[in-house]
Amino acid sequence: MSIRERMSGNEAVSYAIKQVNPDVMPAFPITPSTEIPQMVSTYISNGEIDTEFIPVESEHSSMSATIGASAAGARALTATSSCGLAFMWETLYIAASDRLPIVLCLVNRALTGPININCDHSDSMGARDSGWMQIYAETNQEAYDNFIMSYRITEHKDVMLPLMTCMDGFITSHAVENIELLETEEVRKFVGEYNPENYLLNAEMPMAVGPYANSPFYMETKMNQRIAMQNAKKVILDVAAEFEKISGRKYGLFEEYYLDDAEYAVVMIGSAAGTTKDAIDNLRSQGIKAGLLKIRVFRPFPDTEIAAALKGKKVVAILDRCEGNSATGGPLGAEVKAALYDSGANTVAVNYIYGIGGRDYTVEDAENLFNELIDIGNGKKQPEQFKYIGLRK
Amino acid sequence: MKKHIEIRWHGRGGQGAKTAALLLADVAFNTGMYVQGFPEYGPERMGAPITAYNRIGDTPIRAHSNIYTPDFVVVVDETLLHTVEVTKGLKPEGAIIINTSQSKEDIIPLLNGYSGRVYTIDARKISIEALGKYFPNSPMLAAVVKVAEIMNKDEFLNLMEASYKHKFAKKPEVIEGNMNALKKAFEEVK
Amino acid sequence: MAERTDISKINEHSPYCDITPGNQIYGGGGSKEFNTGEWRTQTPVLDWSKCVQCLMCAPVCPDSSIPVKDGKRLDFDYDHCKGCGICAKVCSFKAISMKEGI
Repeated sequence: MSIRERMSGNEAVSYAIKQVNPDVMPAFPITPSTEIPQMVSTYISNGEIDTEFIPVESEHSSMSATIGASAAGARALTATSSCGLAFMWETLYIAASDRLPIVLCLVNRALTGPININCDHSDSMGARDSGWMQIYAETNQEAYDNFIMSYRITEHKDVMLPLMTCMDGFITSHAVENIELLETEEVRKFVGEYNPENYLLNAEMPMAVGPYANSPFYMETKMNQRIAMQNAKKVILDVAAEFEKISGRKYGLFEEYYLDDAEYAVVMIGSAAGTTKDAIDNLRSQGIKAGLLKIRVFRPFPDTEIAAALKGKKVVAILDRCEGNSATGGPLGAEVKAALYDSGANTVAVNYIYGIGGRDYTVEDAENLFNELIDIGNGKKQPEQFKYIGLRK
Repeated sequence: MKKHIEIRWHGRGGQGAKTAALLLADVAFNTGMYVQGFPEYGPERMGAPITAYNRIGDTPIRAHSNIYTPDFVVVVDETLLHTVEVTKGLKPEGAIIINTSQSKEDIIPLLNGYSGRVYTIDARKISIEALGKYFPNSPMLAAVVKVAEIMNKDEFLNLMEASYKHKFAKKPEVIEGNMNALKKAFEEVK
Repeated sequence: MAERTDISKINEHSPYCDITPGNQIYGGGGSKEFNTGEWRTQTPVLDWSKCVQCLMCAPVCPDSSIPVKDGKRLDFDYDHCKGCGICAKVCSFKAISMKEGI
């Protein structure tokens, strides 16, 4: 039985954490994710869950303590945003190479500078090569569902990698919307008990975690990490299929909205996908074949699947909510284009940058974007790569 | 296109405009609607102008942007009329609701020629009479529910009473005052 | 519990599929197998006649190469002593001297 509720994204994720009742949560507050440790510690002090909350002095420490707890055998998590994630940098790679099934609730916020507290994806995109899986939410519902699925993915023996569940700062984290919750009992049954095979606190079976791996070992270790990341695709889909049975909600590596017969497609991540869907409805009612590919899973990157879904489109726009600082666009643009190239597609692909530092992206922006794609498709306009949507000129 | 009512709130940090937007989302949710309630995203500072938004409707809401052409605007602090363009983008077939002790005639010249309906309510007076303190958000909530015809008076009052009973479980003595403020506001917004 | 990987079989020639996940090392006390004593270029020598068993030397040894039994230190564990000389430096009774070579 699903429970009809209304909650903000931060409330939804905190509630999911409460339902899962993990063992250890070290955290340090940072806007806009502060509410998550705040609400979880309230649940703990009210005696509703028995998670051990560790207040730490920095994000470097929160990830370090999460790694320690996970290596010790606990189901561990933390939450952060922006500079907090940047401050975890060193330890993110350690969590991944130690193959610890940690979950990090990331509330996406622009990296400073200039100093800014609003949404963009520069924080998680900066960590895209750290060896973590990344799953993004469009809505508070997806943020909730993604967390509930997370430990089933990270703790799977073929994966054993940490996972970032990402939602847009303020836009999702602070907006109250309708949501359907699952019964706690059902959630616990779905997630199950965590029984690690090897863990530091097992006195019967001593072990060491994170040893020095010099050149004869580093490459082989990375190969094993890569295989785990490749395995994650199937595990994520299997877990989603099981989740659909209890929730009725279907998840894939990405979502396709009117994509099948679309001539003009937008590829993007996060809350703005909903805004684009409204624009697509408007355009479809005018007979324009507009469609959307919303990336849900960015790590592992579903390259061949994306290329197959975009096959035959006239013009594809790839929207990055992140300035790549490469002088050649954003990370999503680069990776989708590489996927298209490898597939032999000759689709015109244009990379745009939108919404950085919290710049609003409206239904009108999305409609204008599609109209520009049509002009490009008709040869009326040359593609302009790496254009900022909504830049004042 | 799916139609949702869009509401924009103007207030000052600390006056509860964001809370009022969330309360409105709450009551509309309780009648079975789809809702969105969110503040303009930024650091909140006491006294600084703030904006909050609602989308309300019978179908799921997917747009995740601010609201630029609202159906209704609620002004929780009338001093904002001099500094913020509160009628910007407001649909002429919509309405604006202003918390003021002044008459409509005195207020209209401050609205940049807005041609739609103008409602006023003295939320300060209502709040102080009913609660002994100045909490404008309950009266403003009642006013917008009435003007935007989100639900009828009885349904609204029943829902709010249930919500106050839950919210003020530890200080039930304030429930009656809040209910009186809502009733009064429902009658007095004009 | 599944059979654990026998890490004594992992070496610099092992293919990636034989390396444990996260390079986890199963079993305790593995460092005993690693004879760091081979690295030594100077060797501490104890003059038992000067040693008063004050035990200042044992805790400062970075390689735990000064075994202590029943409150008394024993001779150096030369399999693991790297010859750093800290023990000679802290000995107030000049009972430890550093000899060139092994």
